[in-house]
Amino acid sequence: MHDLRLEGVAKTYGTVLAVEQVDLHVRAGELVCFLGPSGCGKTTLLRIVAGLETPSAGRVVVDGRDITPLPSHRREFGMVFQSLALFGHLGVGENIAYPLRIRGVPAERRRARVEELLALVRLPGVADRRVTQLSGGQRQRIAIARALAMDPKLLLLDEPLSALDAKLREAMQIELRLLQQRLGITTILVTHDQREAMTMADRIVVMGNHRIQQVGTPLEIYRRPANTFVADFIGTSNLLPARVAGTGVRFAGHPIAVAALPPGLSEGAEATLLVRPEELHVLPAAAPGPNRLPATVAFVRDVGSLVEVHVDCGDTRLVTAGLRKDQPAVAPGDTVQVNLPPEACLVLAA
Amino acid sequence: MTTTREPQPTMTSAAAVLPPDAAGDGPRGLRQHLPVLYPAAMLLVFFVVPFGIMLAFSFFHRVQGGFYEPAFELDNYARFLTPLFVSALGFSILLCGLAATVCVALALPFTWLLGRSSVRVQTAWLVFILSVLSLSEVIVGFSWSVLLSRSAGVSNLLVALGLAAEPAAWSPSFPALLMGLCYVSLPYAVLVLYPSVVRLPSEITEAARTLGASPVRTFLTVVVPSLRRAVVATLILVFVFTLGSYLLPQLLGQPQHWTLSVLITDQAVYQSNVPFAAAIAVFLMLVSLGLIGITLLLSERGRA
Repeated sequence: MHDLRLEGVAKTYGTVLAVEQVDLHVRAGELVCFLGPSGCGKTTLLRIVAGLETPSAGRVVVDGRDITPLPSHRREFGMVFQSLALFGHLGVGENIAYPLRIRGVPAERRRARVEELLALVRLPGVADRRVTQLSGGQRQRIAIARALAMDPKLLLLDEPLSALDAKLREAMQIELRLLQQRLGITTILVTHDQREAMTMADRIVVMGNHRIQQVGTPLEIYRRPANTFVADFIGTSNLLPARVAGTGVRFAGHPIAVAALPPGLSEGAEATLLVRPEELHVLPAAAPGPNRLPATVAFVRDVGSLVEVHVDCGDTRLVTAGLRKDQPAVAPGDTVQVNLPPEACLVLAA
Repeated sequence: MTTTREPQPTMTSAAAVLPPDAAGDGPRGLRQHLPVLYPAAMLLVFFVVPFGIMLAFSFFHRVQGGFYEPAFELDNYARFLTPLFVSALGFSILLCGLAATVCVALALPFTWLLGRSSVRVQTAWLVFILSVLSLSEVIVGFSWSVLLSRSAGVSNLLVALGLAAEPAAWSPSFPALLMGLCYVSLPYAVLVLYPSVVRLPSEITEAARTLGASPVRTFLTVVVPSLRRAVVATLILVFVFTLGSYLLPQLLGQPQHWTLSVLITDQAVYQSNVPFAAAIAVFLMLVSLGLIGITLLLSERGRA
């Protein structure tokens, strides 16, 4: 098993910044996901790891060895591209055997290895087919098998599932994660799909504005976002403009008690109050109490498992997902109260 | 092991993309045929009719003194099947095949590198290549014959640099002729290859790189096979183009290097034997069509 360190890696194209000062340790056997909106630099960072781009600064270190000057064909990483990049002039088996042929592995051992890999991706017996004869999901597996053919030190996946339809993508996410765990191969996955990141990753690297915003386990990223960028990007969030008041905050003229305040925020400072929709409760009756805000129902939608209610609280629109089926129904225009449990209120610097 | 072969989707979907009223039978009525009429008429007037005339002439009877009379005789074709002309045919095919091979072998790596450079560099090169096309074959031929001559050629430069003992006459010769043919066809080769080369997705070559192939091996094992169709098309284009060249063999080659095109010109213009010139031209066209057919057939078989 192999580990990867990025030390002060940066990339600029002329005067345009692509990636700014990245320090990251990907541990052996771990699946780390670069997650972020398009144009945030996540693919550039992966390409730097693959050796397809040269960093403007910093080092790429594998197992303690600096490989920054090493060209990509000497790095021994397997990579799956967004377009899969299967070779149209070769058959399925020849595609998988390509890296073995390049290394001069004899034909007989190549054939055996191809069968082994096809069994691994659960597509036995398709070695003699043409790539065009396979479905999207099957091509996906072939691309993965090809990337794994030479037992790479690292597996790099650049949005590999984005071409598949939603249902197949979900199934492949789980299958790919199980395969990665079975092989114990250190893997980096690039995606803009947070569900995919949550499903597959040991740790998520949230990227935005060309730098790392937060590194953490999926749950940490969701529960304890480091800043408003992460809070806004991951999941649905109610981000409320607030000011620090005592041990809590004040939002729309109402004092809100919170579990904890982040250090460094002084009295009256601008802050952002984060409450996840599923933590917000809509109370139909006017029952005054702490952390309860009067609100007007703006929109209601039944999403199957529960009813999502959008309420206006002053000038701010809040989304709640908390209304269960057994609670009395509300309709747009109704006056209600929303309850913000203090332990669900997270205060972020504005 | 499964060996079922399904038809390729690109082939079966052709019928599906046709508008419903056009599926099955072709366009109906004169109006729908109109767009095709103009090119069809041009083709008829400027290609089919002249070729028909030439075909007819090839069976005419030659009368001494540069005239001919309508007839149907195979004498002209029979006269072609003599060692002189058959060996000229063989030499022409060899020369043009070699020129096409050398030309594509030079043009493909060049176009590949060009396609990977910045837009500004690409534009500059393409403008330069197009401007080379504006030079006439006469100018190119004479320039090369001067450059390769003993009195004023490049060999004098080598003598001045101390790399050669005395200036040499490199033209007329077979290498000079081959070089001249490659020079005039290289721009065509680059321009024909260019669209396919820039359309090749960069992820294909990057995939080969990450799988352990050096840049040169990537070029040979992925780029060239992926561009196979364009390469075959360019080979055929250069082959046919050089086959028609009748100036360069006379300017840069010795008499034994004269191609069939030179002999056709000689028969038609200097010997005033138009029926025989027509017969050679028809023969040359049939043979080259046959060779192109074989090439296409082989490249298609290599694909399956």
